[in-house]
Amino acid sequence: MTFGNSERGAGPGGVRLPVTIKILIAGGFGAGKTTLVGSVSEIRPLRTEEVLSSASARVDPLDGVEAKTTTTVAMDFGRIALRDDLLLYLFGTPGQDRFWFMWDELAYGALGAVVLADTRRLADSFPAVDYFERRGLPFVVGVNCFDGAQRYEPDQIRLALDLDKDVPIVLCDARRRSSGKDVLIALVEHTIRIVSGEPGTPVGAK
Amino acid sequence: MVRPYVVISGRTKPSSKLDLDLLAIITATWRAPAEPWTLNPEHFSVLRICASPVSLADLASDLHLPLGVVKILVTDLSERDLVTVRAPRTIRWQDDLPILREVLNDLREL
Repeated sequence: MTFGNSERGAGPGGVRLPVTIKILIAGGFGAGKTTLVGSVSEIRPLRTEEVLSSASARVDPLDGVEAKTTTTVAMDFGRIALRDDLLLYLFGTPGQDRFWFMWDELAYGALGAVVLADTRRLADSFPAVDYFERRGLPFVVGVNCFDGAQRYEPDQIRLALDLDKDVPIVLCDARRRSSGKDVLIALVEHTIRIVSGEPGTPVGAK
Repeated sequence: MVRPYVVISGRTKPSSKLDLDLLAIITATWRAPAEPWTLNPEHFSVLRICASPVSLADLASDLHLPLGVVKILVTDLSERDLVTVRAPRTIRWQDDLPILREVLNDLREL
């Protein structure tokens, strides 16, 4: 097997290999993760299957099934071809709590994450905020402004989510491409600030 | 319809410790497989798709097979030097600033 380095480079037969970059889209159920991925990129279905942890085994009774128990997780991802050799991937994180174990694989090496929040159910964003804070992965909060939901000022949301003052909060409409793009731009800007501000500090590298 | 795990003879883990990232880039080497009858049609599907470099996530999506199954197929092919696997770019250090700025500029122009 051949492992190259992670720079752009030639593959077999001199083929130019693309650089792939990953952004996570997290948030509670119904916060608009799939909508956001779909508005800025071509959405693709992906199935994975995971060995059930003991915590999730209590949720999915599998009496009589042999020890090797797996469960199927359907996820969506999107791809934005920034250039022929620079591909940006957006991965929606599985919403259900019992799929937490998948987040580590998704978060590994990511540029950062967007936590989509619905102001009617702000508490649903706590687990994602906690996760990215613990992991040290740069993230922004995108407040998806649903029709009919009461509007809040970013400062009120910062207070409610107990966010660090440096974490950007972007009001957005996940259905609109330009709005989704603005959230991604805010994240990349935030990551650049973090990476350039702290020499030698690994980002999201636990 | 073939059950996914029939494709890989009931295995749920690759035979080696090749740790395949979702965004690893898989590329066919165009070598002629030795003992091609030991490969199954799905192996050949993988080889066809990664004639051009493709990420593992895209490969699994194109094949309509679960990620775990595709990891095993790719590992089989990698062990026979029929594909190369390149780890994806991970963003961690100041060295990554140029690529972050590229991503930012390209997103703004999108």
